[in-house]
Amino acid sequence: MRIDGKGLINRAAPLRFTFDGAGVTGFEGDTVASALLAQGTKLMGRSFKYHRPRGVMTMGSEEPNALVTTGRGAGQTPNVRATMQEAFEGLEVRAQNAWPSLDFDLLAANDLLSPFFSAGFYYKTFMWPAKFWEKLYEPMIRRAAGLGALSGEPDTGLYEKAFAFCDILVIGAGPAGLMAALTAGRAGADVILADEDARMGGRLLAESHEIDGKPGPVWVDEVLDELEAMGNVRLMTRTSVTGAHDDGTYGALERVGLHMADPGARPLETFWRIHTKRAVLAAGALERPIAFPDNDRPGVMMAGAVRGYLNRFGVAAGQRVAVFGNNDSAHRTAQDLAAAGVEIAALIDSRADAKVCGDYPVYTGAQVTGTKGRKGLTGISVTTATGVQQVESDCLAISGGWNPTLNLTCHMNGRPVWNEALQAFLPVPDMVPGLEAVGAANGVFSTAGALAAGVDGAKNALQAIGKKPVSVDIPKAEDGTYALSPLWVVDGKSRAWLDFQNDVTVKDVKLAAAENYASVEHMKRYTTQGMAPDQGKNSNVNALAVLADATGRGIPETGTTTFRPPFVPVSLAAIGAGARGKGFAPERFTTSHAASVAAHAPMIEAGLWYRPSFFPREGEKTWRASCDREVAMVRNAVGICDVSTLGKIDIQGKDAAQFLDFVYTNMFSSLKVGRVRYGLMLREDGIVMDDGTTARLADDHFVMTTTTVAAGQVMAHLEFVAQALVPDLDVHLISTTEQWAQFAVAGPKSRELLNAVLDDGLDPEAWPFMACGTASVAGVEGRLFRISFSGEHAYEVAVPARYGEGLWRLLISQAEALGGGAYGMEALNVLRIEKGFITHAEIHGRVTADDVGMGRMISVKKDCIGKAAASREGLSASGREQLVGLRPVGAVKQLLSGAHLFNETAEAVRVNDQGYVTSVGFSPTMDTFLGLGFLKNGRARHGERVRMVDHLRGVEAICEVCDPVFFDPEGGRVRG
Amino acid sequence: MASLIAKSPCAGMAPISVGDAALREVDPGVITSLSPLAGGDVGALKAAHGMAFPAPGRASGKAGARAVWSGRGQAFLIGPAPDAALKAHFAMTDQSDGWAVLGLEGTAAREVLARLCPLDLRPDRFKRGHTARTLIGHMTGSVTRVGADSFDLMVFRSMAQTAVHEIEEAMKSVAARG
Repeated sequence: MRIDGKGLINRAAPLRFTFDGAGVTGFEGDTVASALLAQGTKLMGRSFKYHRPRGVMTMGSEEPNALVTTGRGAGQTPNVRATMQEAFEGLEVRAQNAWPSLDFDLLAANDLLSPFFSAGFYYKTFMWPAKFWEKLYEPMIRRAAGLGALSGEPDTGLYEKAFAFCDILVIGAGPAGLMAALTAGRAGADVILADEDARMGGRLLAESHEIDGKPGPVWVDEVLDELEAMGNVRLMTRTSVTGAHDDGTYGALERVGLHMADPGARPLETFWRIHTKRAVLAAGALERPIAFPDNDRPGVMMAGAVRGYLNRFGVAAGQRVAVFGNNDSAHRTAQDLAAAGVEIAALIDSRADAKVCGDYPVYTGAQVTGTKGRKGLTGISVTTATGVQQVESDCLAISGGWNPTLNLTCHMNGRPVWNEALQAFLPVPDMVPGLEAVGAANGVFSTAGALAAGVDGAKNALQAIGKKPVSVDIPKAEDGTYALSPLWVVDGKSRAWLDFQNDVTVKDVKLAAAENYASVEHMKRYTTQGMAPDQGKNSNVNALAVLADATGRGIPETGTTTFRPPFVPVSLAAIGAGARGKGFAPERFTTSHAASVAAHAPMIEAGLWYRPSFFPREGEKTWRASCDREVAMVRNAVGICDVSTLGKIDIQGKDAAQFLDFVYTNMFSSLKVGRVRYGLMLREDGIVMDDGTTARLADDHFVMTTTTVAAGQVMAHLEFVAQALVPDLDVHLISTTEQWAQFAVAGPKSRELLNAVLDDGLDPEAWPFMACGTASVAGVEGRLFRISFSGEHAYEVAVPARYGEGLWRLLISQAEALGGGAYGMEALNVLRIEKGFITHAEIHGRVTADDVGMGRMISVKKDCIGKAAASREGLSASGREQLVGLRPVGAVKQLLSGAHLFNETAEAVRVNDQGYVTSVGFSPTMDTFLGLGFLKNGRARHGERVRMVDHLRGVEAICEVCDPVFFDPEGGRVRG
Repeated sequence: MASLIAKSPCAGMAPISVGDAALREVDPGVITSLSPLAGGDVGALKAAHGMAFPAPGRASGKAGARAVWSGRGQAFLIGPAPDAALKAHFAMTDQSDGWAVLGLEGTAAREVLARLCPLDLRPDRFKRGHTARTLIGHMTGSVTRVGADSFDLMVFRSMAQTAVHEIEEAMKSVAARG
């Protein structure tokens, strides 16, 4: 019911949205909850376990009951709190956890079975037989219990991550937060004021208090105007600070487009990381319920929320409202509603000595001991010293007191302390370094107190960052007392709910204690109290008060569970913003990429790089056809391959050679200028790290080549060695991977091709195998290396990357004129397998130099990284698996990498394992499959037959063990 | 013989203008990494090119001839070809083709970068002549403030397409907020 003249909604801007398909009218400034309440809708959800009908209880992010689903399809968002979702034209809202409908929910049968569903029920009942759990019990329970569901479709909404920096972060824009921001802002500090509401003001928007003789909201607007005009204060509405993390970093979730019919290119949410020198926590306090029998009927609400809906939204939550509390703040609900003309059915105060005046029935020393009305409250039972009275009422406003919202102060494991007078936990200083809680968050509950505390908090923060505070007048405001007498539980026969979101009752907590889950952390897990989206915001203190009573301890001894980030649920889409699909990692493209794609080459990913797999030609129906042709092309004519992705590291300094001797197993100080050498690099533990060639361009200048995938690892390794192990050496490292576009020119016609491309031609005498140097390439100063990964007479030619595409096109056209062309990764792989060259398929992080047949590359003349560790017993013992070649000799001619090797007649089981296959390919050169693999004592077993078994793909093949170099073992072609 | 055609890293991708931010490709000229040799004199840079060898997090010189700190014991000389006299004092490596250089400017530039870089870019903290090696979206790169509201961003050449895409997305998002 709307009350004329009340509230901060814009009555000139009506809007319509739907709730379970039915139209709802609201106004600009409404939340879904306020608009539903205004039209008298009390039933907004079904409870988690028992499917009990539930109504909205609060008006903030702590709401346990009114969780709804918004949107549809990929844009569907579950578990949205109706109290936080702003209403907008066309918004689609649906109730959740009910079937077939919210009003008639078949699974409410669970409620009748409630005696069986008490705490620990699942643990006790569904334990045996164990195998039933996954297939039967868990799916059944998940179907019956729960909240909203995901759409199952990829979320296509836009989300965003961002960073912000300030001197003072003020969390919460109620009276304390506004004064803190004003004080810090006037002193010239960089301030961020963050508030999770769409409109700043906190309780000042929900109360009828005056500040300095003005209505609260008017004063708020004046302060906001001043803050906005300052320039050094950033106002962040709709922003929940979710976590306090190390070194002054705070997480915050901003709702950016979630309140708009058409957010356009705005993100739905932005996850902020805010770094600040100091923080002022002015998050206010949360009102707590009282556990009395059947206290979960729709229409039972928090007293502060009931008057908040009236003052903020002009909504009376009921026609005959009863108020039940144990403290003076509850009285304000009766006063405000009565003043607005709403009938007050009763004001019930549990304190016998409470001073109450008002023109409505007042019961002191009384308690609510029962309620009526399944889908909406119709009446309550009030028990006084003289007996029980039935009071007709459709809304019961309750207040069990207030808990400071100190959650963030606990995020670094600090423990709050119990305050006997306030019957609440309060933060202690420095639980989070640099953060001070003020106002209601620190147990100061009067408006005047909060205003003053905000100023003090800001002054402390200013002092800490070395800024001089300017004087700020503290406005006049109510300074009422908060007289409270603890009341946690009202005894009775029916269930009394503690945690509405998780359906945890007083009885459950007592049961946990009786079954010796007496520690508060154990009780939480046994009953599920305080879990799920609301994280115990409503129930925490009440539940542990019950536990304290049940275990005969005081509340301080019982302690509280730990609050952890996030303060409110944060969608994973926001945390992972930008990382969807290709956003997961950058794409790296070679200079020849566009030309390769234009040639219809399918791309494969190698690390972050995209490399062509093969270059299909007309008539080639399979990749194998293309691959076979490309291999033959390299063996018989000339092929071009982009090898720019291999890591290139420029190494300079007078000690560069000495440095290389230390990081490589073999000697590089003896390498002549103008020559290239193959090198093997070990990790400190003696295992092979990477291999590649290094060229000596000058006495003090080398260029190292790494494999594509290990480029970053090797660079980091070299930096570590240079900085930490040999800091006295004069050595300078920088990656030049991106600087040079480099292409392999391989095959018997490679010299002929380059002779045409190099400005000065190619003098065979000047370019023997393993020579390197500069060369003028079609007018551009480039580099030439006579190296080969194919076993053919081959070169690699490099030019600055800007000329990469141009050189690629030139090389391809020249090659094609010679009967050659481009070759891709598949052909490159076959070519190197034919030659027994290793890649990271072989040096996979578990093999030694000796395992790959390069034991003698560990120079005896010098030390190197990994040398000592490589001589450990286990790494040099006989029986290790050694690199071998494999060729099929039985009926089955196919080899598969990943398959395991067994002795020919042995059973193919684990204990008989002799090794495994690492690389395979069909060699058109030799017209057979070839494989590389590791076999126990393999080098001594050339000529033996072994059985390859691929258990996964069900393939077996008899293989002959041979030398890994299948093709041209003398190396005549490469020197040709 | 046909000469080779040069192609810039962001050819066809920039300029882009969205709202109050604009992105363009910068032709940096020659980029040379300078790493002081043992016994070398970093003052040689000033003598040769007029700008001091920059301290960590700083850039010296001006548009067209800048020295930008690029890592431990290393700076990039950006603009002029390095004077031969530097060779005695620095290990030098040509980096001209290794980097995509983008200029981001406009009153929304900081808000755009706030979506990409974990840097405190407040005008009085990240001043003109400040630089950082940092994250730019998913990439490691270099950010240098070169004007009141303008920044030079450097990422690996091969990542130019991802960089432009991620920056453009951030530009659109900031502009959409109005």
